[in-house]
Amino acid sequence: MEFEAVIGFEVHAQLATATKIFCSCASAGEAPPNTRVCPVCLGLPGALPVLNRRAVGLALRAAVALEADISPLSGFDRKNYFYPDLPKGYQITQTRMPLARGGHVDIGRDGDSRRIGLQQIHIEEDAGKTIHDASGVSLVDMNRCGVPLLEIVTLPDVRGPREAVRFLTELRRILVFAGVTAGDMHRGHLRFDTNVSVRPRGSGDLGTRTEIKNLNSFRAAKNAITYEIERQSALVSEGKTVTHETLLWDDGPGRAVAMRTKEGASDYRYFPEPDLVDFAVDDEWIGRVRDAMPELPGAMERRFVSTYGLSEYDAGVLTAEPDVALYFDDAVKALDRGEGGGEGEGALRALAKSASNWVMVVVGGYLNAEGLDVGALRARGMTPARLAEILTLRLRGEVNEPAARRLFGEAARSDEPIGAIVERLGLAQLDDDTEIRAIVADVLDRHAEEVRRYRAGERKLLRYFVGEVMRATAGRADPALATRLITERLDAPG
Amino acid sequence: MEPCELSFREIVAALEAGDLSARDLAASVLDRVDAREEETSAYLTLRDRAEVLADAERADGVARRCGRQGPIHGVPVAVKDNIVVRGLPATCASRALERFVPPYDATAVEKLKGAGAVIVGKTNLDEFAMGSSNEYSAFGPVRNPWDRSRVAGGSSGGSAAAVAAGETVLALGSDTGGSVRLPAAFCGVVGIKPTYGRVSRYGLVAFASSLDQIGTIARDVAGASALLEAVAGEDPRDSTTSDRPVEGLYTEPPDDLSGVRVGVPSEFLEGNAPDVDVAVARTVALLGELGASVRPVSVPHLGYGIAVYYTVADSEASSNLARYDGVAYGARADAAVDLAGLYERSRCEGFGPEVKRRIMLGTYALSAGYYDDYYLKAQRVRSLIVADLERVFENVDVVAGPTSPTTAFRFGERSEDPLTMYRSDAYTVGANLTGAPAVSLPCGLDGEGLPIGFQLMADKFRERDLLRVASVVERAIGFGAHPAGAGG
Repeated sequence: MEFEAVIGFEVHAQLATATKIFCSCASAGEAPPNTRVCPVCLGLPGALPVLNRRAVGLALRAAVALEADISPLSGFDRKNYFYPDLPKGYQITQTRMPLARGGHVDIGRDGDSRRIGLQQIHIEEDAGKTIHDASGVSLVDMNRCGVPLLEIVTLPDVRGPREAVRFLTELRRILVFAGVTAGDMHRGHLRFDTNVSVRPRGSGDLGTRTEIKNLNSFRAAKNAITYEIERQSALVSEGKTVTHETLLWDDGPGRAVAMRTKEGASDYRYFPEPDLVDFAVDDEWIGRVRDAMPELPGAMERRFVSTYGLSEYDAGVLTAEPDVALYFDDAVKALDRGEGGGEGEGALRALAKSASNWVMVVVGGYLNAEGLDVGALRARGMTPARLAEILTLRLRGEVNEPAARRLFGEAARSDEPIGAIVERLGLAQLDDDTEIRAIVADVLDRHAEEVRRYRAGERKLLRYFVGEVMRATAGRADPALATRLITERLDAPG
Repeated sequence: MEPCELSFREIVAALEAGDLSARDLAASVLDRVDAREEETSAYLTLRDRAEVLADAERADGVARRCGRQGPIHGVPVAVKDNIVVRGLPATCASRALERFVPPYDATAVEKLKGAGAVIVGKTNLDEFAMGSSNEYSAFGPVRNPWDRSRVAGGSSGGSAAAVAAGETVLALGSDTGGSVRLPAAFCGVVGIKPTYGRVSRYGLVAFASSLDQIGTIARDVAGASALLEAVAGEDPRDSTTSDRPVEGLYTEPPDDLSGVRVGVPSEFLEGNAPDVDVAVARTVALLGELGASVRPVSVPHLGYGIAVYYTVADSEASSNLARYDGVAYGARADAAVDLAGLYERSRCEGFGPEVKRRIMLGTYALSAGYYDDYYLKAQRVRSLIVADLERVFENVDVVAGPTSPTTAFRFGERSEDPLTMYRSDAYTVGANLTGAPAVSLPCGLDGEGLPIGFQLMADKFRERDLLRVASVVERAIGFGAHPAGAGG
């Protein structure tokens, strides 16, 4: 029997606010344990929550970006359960009146596109962190208590581990581009729980599902789903039944362990949070959110293909992260404005092609080697405008490719004007026929044996001669010109 | 006459004229504490005499240099122990918080300090404010200053008894189902439960968040009104506070009640102690003599008030008290072997029987399968009561009746039977369920010499009207009685 998986997600994303959702303790970044706490987030007797409207604003951005229906009136509820890192004994979340319902994430491209539906989007507070140390002592860090989270609950529309990763990647990309979350996986900004069931392919029925908690990376999600589909398929094939249960994913050994039924079967005794008042979201507020919405990755990707003529693959790579995408886009715009710009669509496409290669290869390589991100690169003065200056010199043939790369490395170290660096390092390309012709003559004279072999048919030696000419000019010769002059001389009779 | 025995207006006049210093007033109160506290057990924490006097002297200094900052400037105030004062224990009369010292001030306390009031100490209560007699304090009950064999009422029994005995001039209490008004009635003093949202709950240890409201207690309407005016107002730290301006609560009462429409619910006149009925009828008649038009009204769903109140209050309480788990602060059981054991033992040892009963009831009412039948149904009936009162207040300005069906009862008389105890709140829970303001003032003594409470209730945010009526009634009643040893 062939099986098909039916998969849904609950995604938690940390909202990119400066402060917590119900108090003014700092929320972003890291701090020593229990230093970002106050009576409110510690749940001290008598303290009351007050809603951070910026958190609502960011959540609304998510709802708009995901095309969900925003509720005119939203409210909070208490989810009651005991745990040491939950200081109030309940979590403030939304169940009756979530911020938004519906919405979707489209994955794949034309011809192979899929729409994953969303059930609801709501806001809640994070709990603290319990650390069990080797000696058997448990320590609680309350810094995360009250950090604002967005929870996105999907419909069971995902069909396999690969599609799951595509969905999660696309959802993350949308949320990060919209500025909803910083989306830093290593800091736990995104966490997933998933529901998995299997059924015979083509069947419309739903099998018994299990819930897998504690997925903190795309890889863990993929592995856990793969594991669970195999486990459930084996059970069903053998005529056994799948138990409805909650599993905890352990990424180390790569397996899911059932949580104690007592924990799984909690009755959360939800009821309306009496310490907070319901809040209205009117069209004016939604309008402001819409107006402030940055370009979303799907639209940007399509624009890079249609306007800049990039391949779908390149457009996808460049729009994986918003800072890279904006860096590239700004560089193209600067090129187009500047002297490098030409007339017509063809000229723009040529600039974009050059910029995309540079951003992906040169800039990307530099960032990897230096361990930097795009923000740091900008902060160092290596702005898209300066990149555009370098690319302009390159496109005009004033510097050759190796010189341009060297120029980039230098320009990323200081704010010295590009022209000054070119001059200081003598990077200007030699494009004087006479001068290069003399150097070519000299090189070929010094390599009579190789010239003989070349003329005997060993044509690949041409690259060797070009290399020697480049060396003789400290990399400044225009390689194309050098190649032409070498060939002319070699192929000349005598 | 001792300074602590003066009426509030007399105290203000004497302080303003310089005939009395805040220091002497505080000393008089502290002397009275020395004389009466052993008998009343009104306080759980008393500040050092020297600290209280130093605060009073500071208030005198400010008054000399800059003038008095308001009516309660330099006036001693007691604070119920479920309202946090930075650096003073806030036990809520519970073992669970026996050693808890809050690191912050409640907004109401911040306002008290800003207004120059002199905090005397923290007063006794039923554990977490759950009770009507103050017998459920983990640190022993408050005794009624009028008769030490009787309860002071609850849950703000310590605040009411302290005021009645002269152990403070003013006191803050909290009122979730009558916890300010009932002890005020039993102790022969005035207690105000303001509109829900009038006074910030920030720093009031939550019992039932949708019902809790800080209230004020004094020997007269003027004192309770002045204290309310000082602590009321919108608070950015409590989203449920109202931005409606607070003004003119502490004013000269009008001459009479002409033009005031008074409704007396027929539901309030059944099953009361005979002396209570007599005193209430006499006071209602007095309202008419003062020029008010008195008419019968009906609040048909109020009969469900007690059932609704205990369902809603206990549900919220079961969640609000979940935080006392022994993990971060408060009492933690030793020798717990695992997490569940730590919770079980800490909470078993920390909470008294009434608190446990409420947590169990509330947990049940919120459980899957029962939520709709209990919590949700109670909220629906609550909205019917709200509608009843809205209709009543279309035609009357105030609703009048007894505060409680009886006067102060003897220790142990009701503590073994929770349902009988719960019925003490029959007339008070309406104001909490609807959010309306209400005041209890003494209207006479029963055959055994115990004070009888008269309750007036108004529509939401009509405190000014309510308290003006109460002042006129108070003056006309001329209740001058004091418990033995409290002067007068």
